[in-house]
Amino acid sequence: MDFPTINPKAQQFDAEVLSNKRVGSYNHMVFSVDEIASYARPGNFVAISVGGPGTSMILRRAFAIYRATVKPDGQGLLELVIAPFGNGSTWLANRQIGDLVNMVAPLGTAFGIPTEPVRALLVGGGYGSAPLFALAEVLKSRGCRVDMVLGASSAAKIYAPLEGKRSVSSLTITTDDGSAGTHGRVSDVIPAIIASSNIEIIYSCGPMAMLSAITNISKERGIMHQCSVEEAMACGIGVCMTCVLPIEGEDGVVRMTRTCIDGPVMDGSKVTWTKSREIPDGVWGK
Amino acid sequence: MSFDFSTAMAGARFSNPILTASGCAGSGKELSQFFRLSELGAIVTKSIMVKPRSGRATPRMAETPSGMLNSIGLQGPGIDQFLENDIPWLKEQGVKIVISIAGESVEDYAVLARKVRGVAGITALEVNISCPNVENRGQVFACNPTTAREAISAVRRNIGGEVPIIAKLTPDVTDITEIAREVVDAGADGLALINTLLGMVIDTNTMLPKLSQKTGGLSGPAIRPVAVRAIYQVHAALPNTPILGMGGVASGRDAFELVLAGASAVSVGTATFGNPTAAMAIKQELEEICIQRGFQNFRDAIGFAHRVEGGDGE
Repeated sequence: MDFPTINPKAQQFDAEVLSNKRVGSYNHMVFSVDEIASYARPGNFVAISVGGPGTSMILRRAFAIYRATVKPDGQGLLELVIAPFGNGSTWLANRQIGDLVNMVAPLGTAFGIPTEPVRALLVGGGYGSAPLFALAEVLKSRGCRVDMVLGASSAAKIYAPLEGKRSVSSLTITTDDGSAGTHGRVSDVIPAIIASSNIEIIYSCGPMAMLSAITNISKERGIMHQCSVEEAMACGIGVCMTCVLPIEGEDGVVRMTRTCIDGPVMDGSKVTWTKSREIPDGVWGK
Repeated sequence: MSFDFSTAMAGARFSNPILTASGCAGSGKELSQFFRLSELGAIVTKSIMVKPRSGRATPRMAETPSGMLNSIGLQGPGIDQFLENDIPWLKEQGVKIVISIAGESVEDYAVLARKVRGVAGITALEVNISCPNVENRGQVFACNPTTAREAISAVRRNIGGEVPIIAKLTPDVTDITEIAREVVDAGADGLALINTLLGMVIDTNTMLPKLSQKTGGLSGPAIRPVAVRAIYQVHAALPNTPILGMGGVASGRDAFELVLAGASAVSVGTATFGNPTAAMAIKQELEEICIQRGFQNFRDAIGFAHRVEGGDGE
């Protein structure tokens, strides 16, 4: 058999909704899955069909996996945090217990886990916090100290469930409107935490502007930065070429690179963060 | 009696009529996780150009009702790396290969055809002429009978006699049969119908075009009636020219519709983005429909909608 070289653990399957609870501005949803839960790593994502039969929404929606666990009886659980923003995510957030949704998972790269205990800072923007709690658990189990910063536009958009906070030594919250925590952005509070906790690695997930700002902070201080990017995707499996970013490869060449296959988790220092709607100079094949 | 699902286009034979569409199957490796590529009639590779190409800036994509716009800009590694890296792997999979090429000048098409000529085991060559011609103020080759002819002639002169040429046309023209006649006269053995339609989405929040390049190619079920119309018109005008049909096929029923219009084989494109196993489902459904409708041979269904009611048809 030809052995697949891309997403070798990914499967396409129907998953049953086991639970769907509103948390602030978000929905926390639990799905029943099989052994694929044991393959999922923090940072991986899932691509879900939305709209049901005959829908005019033809593309899957991508969601970071909040948590994937296997119960003692072998049942796999996949947990997601959904922000009902557009028609597709709203359709998903409206699913009832017992409904089936079609998934492709697990997809993409995962956060790299250090072999030695390190002092890690996890930074989430909005529901970008979703994959960070499972990551915090893994890091904690490896003896790492984990500090966390979550930022959002307002208090209702901070996703920080109680059980998620258990693995975290400190949690700092920032909001753009000052409705919770520090009035400001995550990049305003990160430098002080890096200094006081002697941070060695930053993990982040959130909007591009946030990831770009964190990359600048980590580069200045020579700290490793693994970020999970959120580019618009049509397929999630590497065929459509829409989710690309300019990323430096191991050979030093910057290429337009698929964030669904070579991401979503990548080394922030290798990404050319640009706001312009143009290919940066020096990109291969420009 | 067993159903014969095989088909042929200008001497190229396929075990079944379901192919991928260029630019919708990656390098093949991405889909091989979900099904055996050899189950396809053939894989049509993404249109490859002479040199490496970064493609366009993001956003490159916008979902639309029953469709999507894309503006990838033919991102790719260039013909040399492609032939060195992608083709050997595809050959190992035992899948028939249709290479798709795209140029910015007539000379590009000649160069690409010569490169492909030197490769063994290629089933057919798709010539994507829905590209801007840098020598003609960026006008798309396939929008002008003269430049469409020049591009196909350049391929014909350089490909040799072994590999059939399939010219891929845009529906964004006044009379697609006129372009079809020109390229067939210039040496195309078959036609791929249809490429995407040019469209645009404006984000009403930012009040700016959604795509970085403003316009993009519309694909998906929204364009299927355009594909059916184009295939029907061209099959009526050129009944002896085989057509690879594509445009919004998302089910066996949709594929059957294109076959009835005159397609000898059907490519599945955008449907794969929403469903990695779409081509396999469509293949199975199409076979079931053909059998159910009483066809003993897939090829008897090609162009069946052209029969005269009350005539010799069933």
